[in-house]
Amino acid sequence: MRAEAVVLRHTDWGEADRLLWLFTRELGKVRAIAKGVRKPRSRKAGHLEPFTRVGLMLAHGRDLLIVTQAEAVDAYLPLRDNLVRLGYALYVVELLDRFTYEEGENSSIYRLLVDTLSRISTEETAALAVRYFEIRLLDLVGFRPQLFTCVGCGAVIRAEDQFFSAEHGGVLCPSCGPRHAGARPISMATLKYLRHFQRSNYTDAQRAHLTGTLDRELEAIMQYYVTYILERGLNTPAFLRRVRADEMRSRGNESEETAP
Amino acid sequence: MLLPVPLQNLINALSRLPGIGPKTASRLTFYLLHASDDLPNDLAEALLALKSGTAYCPICFNITAAGREMCEICESRDRSNGVVCVVEEPMDVLALERTGGFAGRYHVLQGALSPIEGISPEDLRIRELIERVRAGGIQEIILATNPSMEGDATAMYLRQQLLPLGVRVTRLARGLPVGGDLEYADQSTLLRALAGRQDMN
Ligand SMILES: [Zn+2]
Ligand SMILES: [Zn+2]
Repeated sequence: MRAEAVVLRHTDWGEADRLLWLFTRELGKVRAIAKGVRKPRSRKAGHLEPFTRVGLMLAHGRDLLIVTQAEAVDAYLPLRDNLVRLGYALYVVELLDRFTYEEGENSSIYRLLVDTLSRISTEETAALAVRYFEIRLLDLVGFRPQLFTCVGCGAVIRAEDQFFSAEHGGVLCPSCGPRHAGARPISMATLKYLRHFQRSNYTDAQRAHLTGTLDRELEAIMQYYVTYILERGLNTPAFLRRVRADEMRSRGNESEETAP
Repeated sequence: MLLPVPLQNLINALSRLPGIGPKTASRLTFYLLHASDDLPNDLAEALLALKSGTAYCPICFNITAAGREMCEICESRDRSNGVVCVVEEPMDVLALERTGGFAGRYHVLQGALSPIEGISPEDLRIRELIERVRAGGIQEIILATNPSMEGDATAMYLRQQLLPLGVRVTRLARGLPVGGDLEYADQSTLLRALAGRQDMN
């Protein structure tokens, strides 16, 4: 069977094989065995590295699918030459991996994944594509946050600073917010952004100018929400924060205005 | 069939080894049970000595015999101190030594960065490498991490950490495998082979 997929991650399997977690266009998330790819002369190995977009031939094995052919469609090479971009791509893959199960085809998620990886590898500021990915992914996996009416009293949210509750999955108005333990303040600017992303396609989303400060607040809110839903933290944000800080330091901290 | 506990214990232990499933583990266990020679004893002794008889070299973190002050490579007077080759695992040192083409020293990271698995710089011997460079006398660091996503991430991270120290940082050339077919090469390998092309004059 022919399929197209992004390699999410892999682990060694047997003597020379690998077990791959793939997000396929045709079957959603699946696991498949790639035989012999740890041998240096394997023809498939280079095509099956993490977050490569790859055309595949899959066959049914005894328990798992088996990759019989692989040919890279896009290796997203710029991700492999820049630590910050790599960090963002790893975060995207980890987030998607943690939010999805082997439950069949979901071509919208596949589309979002390949679009996001190509945006991270080609656009000047990877952060915007990643913030957009978070909000769209939450939509597609059924955790769309309520951003227009208060999740406490139902009042329409006005143009002022509010609160955000991960537990209740949305915004709380200034009078409900302080009464909910765990709710976090969210600035109007950040909220506007989230709403804009939730309602826009990527071309429109890009029109918004994302400053470093705003990006950090969005990131913190999303981290808080996602960690609550997943019931444990992700591994990649620590790596991302670190390589981003190192890069800022080496560039002399010129980048407060635009997120890297 | 209910197996006696000693048999079951060995089967369980063997099946935790990479590449060995429960069937192979049972086969090996019954083989050892019926082995008439010294094999079971030799194996038991070798296993016990594996941990107690080995240690990490405090300079390069390669595996070495316990009780040595440093490993044979670090101790050798015939090797250059100015070039250090950084690898992921002790097996990589063996592979490079078999070529006979490198006469500097090594540094074994004991793994590679894997942000998704949560393996961070602190889990590797990176701080020790930086201290070695800071101590002086090293002109070049050759990054010989694997040509994989994790190996690339590790190399990029090390480059970022090492360049400010004023040391030359190089990476093993990446190209087409010997005996391989150009038409089967992936984009990444081909592009890197192209970037690393060499004059033939
Ligand atoms: Zn309210
Ligand atoms: Zn040593």
